[in-house]
Order: sequence, then structure tokens, then C-alpha cells
Amino acid sequence: MKGMTVIVKKVTQFMAPVIFIFGIYVVLNGHLSPGGGFAGGVIMASAFILQILANGEILDKLRKEESGLEFLESTAILGFLVVAALGLLLSGSFVFFSNFLKQGVIGELLSAGIIPLENIIVGTEVCAAIATIFIALVVFKDEVTK
Amino acid sequence: MNAMIPLFVIVPLAAAFFMAILGRFIKNFSKILLNLELLFLSYLALHFILNTQGILAYRVGGFENAGDIPIAIYLVLDGLSRLILLVISLIGLLAAFYSTSYTRQFTQERKYYILFSLMIAGMNGLVISGDIFNIFVFLEIAAIASYALVAFGIEKQQLEASFKYQVLGGMASLIILLGIGFLYWQTGTLNIADFSRLPVSGPFVKLLAIFFLVGFGLKAAIFPFHSWLPDAHSSAPSPISAMLSGVLIKAIGIYAIFRIFFSMFALSYEIAMVITVLGTLSMIVGGLMAIGQWDIKRMLAFSSISQMGYVIVGIGIGMILLATGGSKVIAGFSIFGGLFHLVNHSVFKGLLFLNAGAVEYATGTRDMRQLGGLAEKMPLTASTSLTASLAISGVPPFNGFFSKLIIIVAAVSAHFYWLAFIAVVVSIITISYFMKMQKYVFFNTPQTDYKNFRAIPLPMNLSMIILALLCLLLSLLVLPQIRDIFITPAVDALINSLQYTAVVIG
Repeated sequence: MKGMTVIVKKVTQFMAPVIFIFGIYVVLNGHLSPGGGFAGGVIMASAFILQILANGEILDKLRKEESGLEFLESTAILGFLVVAALGLLLSGSFVFFSNFLKQGVIGELLSAGIIPLENIIVGTEVCAAIATIFIALVVFKDEVTK
Repeated sequence: MNAMIPLFVIVPLAAAFFMAILGRFIKNFSKILLNLELLFLSYLALHFILNTQGILAYRVGGFENAGDIPIAIYLVLDGLSRLILLVISLIGLLAAFYSTSYTRQFTQERKYYILFSLMIAGMNGLVISGDIFNIFVFLEIAAIASYALVAFGIEKQQLEASFKYQVLGGMASLIILLGIGFLYWQTGTLNIADFSRLPVSGPFVKLLAIFFLVGFGLKAAIFPFHSWLPDAHSSAPSPISAMLSGVLIKAIGIYAIFRIFFSMFALSYEIAMVITVLGTLSMIVGGLMAIGQWDIKRMLAFSSISQMGYVIVGIGIGMILLATGGSKVIAGFSIFGGLFHLVNHSVFKGLLFLNAGAVEYATGTRDMRQLGGLAEKMPLTASTSLTASLAISGVPPFNGFFSKLIIIVAAVSAHFYWLAFIAVVVSIITISYFMKMQKYVFFNTPQTDYKNFRAIPLPMNLSMIILALLCLLLSLLVLPQIRDIFITPAVDALINSLQYTAVVIG
């Protein structure tokens, strides 16, 4: 895949980190404001996608990253399940998905127990999954058009 | 005790992602983990059947009901779901054990086992789920895993079959989701028990019933919606065909239909009649289509449509009797026949697909015209296949005879004489095409000299032997003592469907 012009590359270089940080913000504030793990994860993945579109020539390097992304994705899902299943053990009454951490004050960043934790995990998983899907599609198109 | 209910979903999901992480570093990790997982699930299901009774409800997240409105996601375990869970885990275990040798031909074995485990998680989740939206979510997990598994060999025919399956399966999911949307819009609840006590009636309920019947009917491959099944079930790897035909269409199709129409909607004569008529048509059409097939697995797939017709007819007669206030004893007898045939079908159809897989593994083809004389070369496959063929055709003393007999007797005592007559005729058709298969594959003079003949490995043989023994042993389920443990609770769960609401909302 070919890259785009210098202008696009330069603008992307400025924009991608901002988009990524905004994604992290949406994930971390998932329990306080609209958004959350899924939406934030998609925003984070869109920063990667922007980079790939602008700098198409890095695609060959990315093929090797695919298995790493798959690893990250599986680990995140497993982490989600582990946090949910810990509720079975820690809640005292064997409740799956129980909120076993301290709830804190409503409206503060560190509150709502396991929900921010699960949001971070969902964000990681969605970011890795969307990036994997995108890379797979680009690689597929690359191979078909060859 | 209740605390162990979520394990039915946690264990297969966790196992799937452990395979994804560790499977690439450790050789044979995925194979062993899948077998251990299914062994554990079989034990758990058996444990629940033997040691618990009645309806168990579990609230995920531990949210209490607000007044009498259920907020939490409910997991519900009643007699019917216990029976289906046992069938899923047991057939899954044997198919997974068979896979350990069968999948050596694939390059991405690990992904096969991950998808297998996800499919189990989806089916288990659907069966224990107590609200309609989670039924949809788990249905999609199981269905999407099965789309990928059908295409696993990535040859042209398999990709085409998988695509067809995906398009029709996607339509079914869309229709179900539309139905769920309507339901939530009108009533504001998704909980099955909560919905069943609402005083809704009129065209809205009929519309919902049609949506769900069409959606889940597509998944169950009932007659006008069956066109995807012969392609998908014959193209998949053989252990997966055994899972799809033996378990998947029952868990995400038949089980969902009867859970919805018994526990959620009030029984109505019209719906019961529609279900029974569609079941009868599937019985006839599947049987007639199977006669002309030359591909072994394609014939078995058509036969699945026909045999699922028996299950639907058995339970459908019970539904009609319950809806019209007929005899509860005959209704119970008829439902027992249907569920008994469901269990039996998963055993012998699973076995027949494993046999077909063994024949393909040994000779490289599954076209009956190119085979013959295999009874001498592979005696174990031949004898187990004969057992399963006799069982599915309804020859005593195998299990299929008893379940078909019960369905036919129930039809006669409910005064559906034509239905009983059709069931007998279809049974004769069944025996004719299975005898055709036996003759062409195992007994004819060989058409080739089998140059690339491969011996069948031990795990494959062992799975087939255990299933063949089950074909014989399951006949014992007609005895009242054994029936009361395994199937009677499931029949009671369907007949006393009002109890479901009472216990869950309680």
C-alpha cells in the first residue's frame, strides 16, 4: 500500500496522539460520562488506522504486529472474565460480576468499584480487535490486488 | 449450589481464550484443554441432574428485584435446560476427542479448538439464559463460531456453504432482533418470566410469535427455512458436522422455540398447530430429499431435517393438547417422546457424521458411488455405522425405535391418525435410504482399490464405539426409574410452564 503526501503525513503526525489521548479520556471517564470502554477503544483504534492510511508503507512491518495484537486481545478478554469471576470468590455470596471493590463517591474518577477497571479492559480489547480487523482487511486487499 | 450455574459459561469462555494465549507456545495444549473442559462440563451437568431438582434461578451481579420487577440478568436452570446441557457437553466431549486425531490435517488446529470452545460457550449460555436478549447474544456467539467452523477447510465448496449459512443465519438473527425490539418497545421488559405474566394479547403477540418462529425456525432448519442446512452441515469438518447436526440446531433452534412458546407466551392453538404442521412437513420433505443423495454427509444432513421433524411433531402434539385443554397425560407422553427422540437423534446422528468422517479420512472421498466393500477394511466403522443406521431407522432394540414408537402411540391416542400414519411412512423411507448407504459404502463390491487408504486412529475409533454403545444403552430411558431421573423433569418443566414465572420472579 502506498502512503499519502507529506502534508497528510505531517497533519496525521500531529492529530494521531491527540485522538489517542481523547480515546483514553473516554475510556477512563466511562463510568461518569457518555462513552466508555467500547467507544473509547474505537477512538483509540482510529488513531492507529489514521497512521496506517497516511503512512501506507509501514504495512509490511505491521504484518508482524498482528499476532501481538491477537495476544493482547485474548489477554484482555480473559482479564475481563477474571475480574468478573473474582466476584464469585470475593463477594462472599458467590455472585458472578459482583462489584467487590469500594464504590467511592459518585462523580469522582476513582469510584464505581470494578466498572472503571472493566472499562479499561474493554477499551484495550476493542482497540486491539478493531486494529486487527483493519490490518487484516488491508493485507487482504493488498494480496488480492497484487 | 446455585453459585455453580455461571460456570457453564465461564469455563468454556476462559478455556477458549487460554487456548488463544498459551496454545501457540505449548504443543497440544488446546486439544487437551478442550477435552478437559468438556469433561468438566459433562460432570457438572450430570451433577445438576442427579443432585438438584426444580427450577434454580441465579442473578448475575446480585441485583435484587425492585419491587417485583427483575433488574438483574437471570440465569435459570430447569429440567429442560439441564437435559440439553448434558447433551451438549456429552456429544461435545466425544466430538472433541474424535477431533484430536482428525484435525491433524489442518494447519491452524489451535483456531479450530478456540472456535469449538466458543461454540460450546454460546450454546450453554443460551440454554441457561433467563432473558430474551441474552438468548440473542449467546445465539450469535454460537452461530458466528459455527460460520467460521463450517468454512474451516477453506475450499471453494466450504466457503460457498459458509457464505450461504451466514446470509440466512444473519437474516434469522435480524428477524429475532427485530422481534426483541418490538417486544421491548411494547412491554419494557426483556425477562422471559416477567413478560409471561404481563396481560398482553392481540395482534402484537401474534406478530412477535411469527418473528420468533421464523427466526429460530431458520436456526433449527424447520421446513420452509431448511435450505442452508444440507450445504453447511455437509461441508464442515466431520466432528463439527456432528456438533452442528447433533447439538447446535437443537440448542439454538428447537430449545429456543420451545422455551419461548412454552415459558414466554401463553400456549395458543394456532401457534401449536403451525409448529406441528411445519414439523410434519420437515419430516416428509427431509426424508424424500435424502433418498436421492449420493454424498454421504449430504444425505445425513437431509435426514437431520427429517428427524428434527419427529422431535417437533412430538412436542407439538403436546402443545396442541395443552392449549386445547386435552389430556395432560397424553401431552406429557407425547412431549416425552419428542425429547427422547431429541436425545437419541443427537447420539446417532453424531455417530453417523463421525462414521462419514472416518470413511472420508480413510479413503479421501464421501461419494457413495466411488466406495464399497469397506466392511472388511474398516470393521469398526462399519459396525458402528450399522448400529446408528438401525437406531435412526427405528429398529428394536435400539433407542430410535422406542422414541419413534412413543411419538406414534401419542399421536394415535391424541387422535391424530394421519400424523401417526405419516410418521410410520417416513420411518420406512428412513430405513430405505440408510440401507442404501450401508449397501453402497460398506457392502457393495469395491469400486476402486483404495490406494491411499489410511487406518483410523484410536481416538476416532473410541468415540465411535462409545456413541454406538450409547445407541443401545439409551433404550433404557424408557424404563420409569431411569426416565424419572433424566427426561421426566424436562417434560414437567414444559407442562408446568407457569411454575417458571413463579420461581424466577418469586
